[in-house]
Amino acid sequence: MRHLLNPLDFSVEELDELMDVALDISKHPDQYAERCKGKKIATLFYEPSTRTRLSFEAAMLNLGGSVLGFSSAASSSASKGESVADTIRMVSCYADICAMRHPKEGAPLVASLHSSIPVINAGDGGHQHPTQTLTDLMTIRTLKGRLDHITIGLCGDLKFGRTVHSLINALVRYENVRFVLISPNELRIPDYIRQEVLSDNHAEYKEVTQLEEVMPELDILYMTRVQRERFFNEEEYIRMKDCYILDAKKMELARPDMLVLHPLPRVNEISVEVDKDPRAKYFEQVQFGVYIRMALILKLLEEANRLC
Amino acid sequence: MLNVGKLNEGVVLDHIKAGKAMDIYRDLKLDKIDNCVAIIKNARSNKMGKKDIIKIETSIDSIDLDILGFIDHNITVNIIKDGEIVRKKDLALPKKIVNVIKCKNPRCITSIEQELEQVFVLTNEEKAVYRCRYCEEKYD
Repeated sequence: MRHLLNPLDFSVEELDELMDVALDISKHPDQYAERCKGKKIATLFYEPSTRTRLSFEAAMLNLGGSVLGFSSAASSSASKGESVADTIRMVSCYADICAMRHPKEGAPLVASLHSSIPVINAGDGGHQHPTQTLTDLMTIRTLKGRLDHITIGLCGDLKFGRTVHSLINALVRYENVRFVLISPNELRIPDYIRQEVLSDNHAEYKEVTQLEEVMPELDILYMTRVQRERFFNEEEYIRMKDCYILDAKKMELARPDMLVLHPLPRVNEISVEVDKDPRAKYFEQVQFGVYIRMALILKLLEEANRLC
Repeated sequence: MLNVGKLNEGVVLDHIKAGKAMDIYRDLKLDKIDNCVAIIKNARSNKMGKKDIIKIETSIDSIDLDILGFIDHNITVNIIKDGEIVRKKDLALPKKIVNVIKCKNPRCITSIEQELEQVFVLTNEEKAVYRCRYCEEKYD
């Protein structure tokens, strides 16, 4: 059974195929409107999420399928102490595919070990968020025309930001990608990403604390939110949350063709005045997220022989 | 000096750091086997001063010795047949370690689902790096 737990579960070639399908979906949505008729996706969300859950649900509905699931641990049997393994065995009887978000890292992997349907990791703690990575790759490839030969700035919470970890993991596989890591010292990228992902893959990178000084060299600026839920200590969160705010003045330093991306939701790290800047692409990114999830659902159902 | 009888067929784990024999007894799950096991603590050693030794009367296939490579690669594993050492087993880092060490990441699924196996995978042989199978946190 094929699952998606980590962005590296797919080869570069498979990702290319997936993005080609997603692009085709964006151009000819009508041709895909009934591809999953009679199929169901279970969205098992043990922690709150608006965007990702709705994106999966919209993706399945766009394919003509239907949706079932829960949107918080409190409304699932986890509140009664049911294990992830038991929940997925039960859900396998109800649905054809599932997307799971869980605050604990590795929960979707546990689910995949006991599941008879494809499991998609929709975010597990600070660990991985592969469909966000697919969305980011699709956005960059579509708007920049390539995934290689780019300089990408990753800004904000690089320590707990799983989208950042997943994106770096995925981008080191492409040629000549330069990483500029912008964060306060307390939220720097974890050692294992620096050593085992960046250094071991001979990726060029630098770490800075000031956003302004690197703005002119970026092709892409990937902003992230300092996430309250990743901190055990409220005081520490408050101290960190306003570290970087992207505003119109900072955007003046950027190249005319630089893209601003953000996995959303934003709090205040991108000022609303930036929204009208044509380089702000984070809402388009959301739309790409639906297309790539549609392509992913199709691929996994096809590989599981669940589509006619 | 205390004498423990000669082993005719089995495995002798020699040069165990003094005081560590009971940990290894547990890690190798020797409490689960029916065969005769002798633990010698604080034996005199020219090389180490003091050392522990474990003698196990069993075939080498019936115990998982790979874990010893992770615990202490200086341990000598002697395979005994007909009362003689017929082979010394080289210790290598095991590819996978199950239920020996625990993940310390409070965000790992194993922190709330205690019945899950604690699995660590060797991700970098050169640097002897093990990561939790679930959350990929490095074991220190």
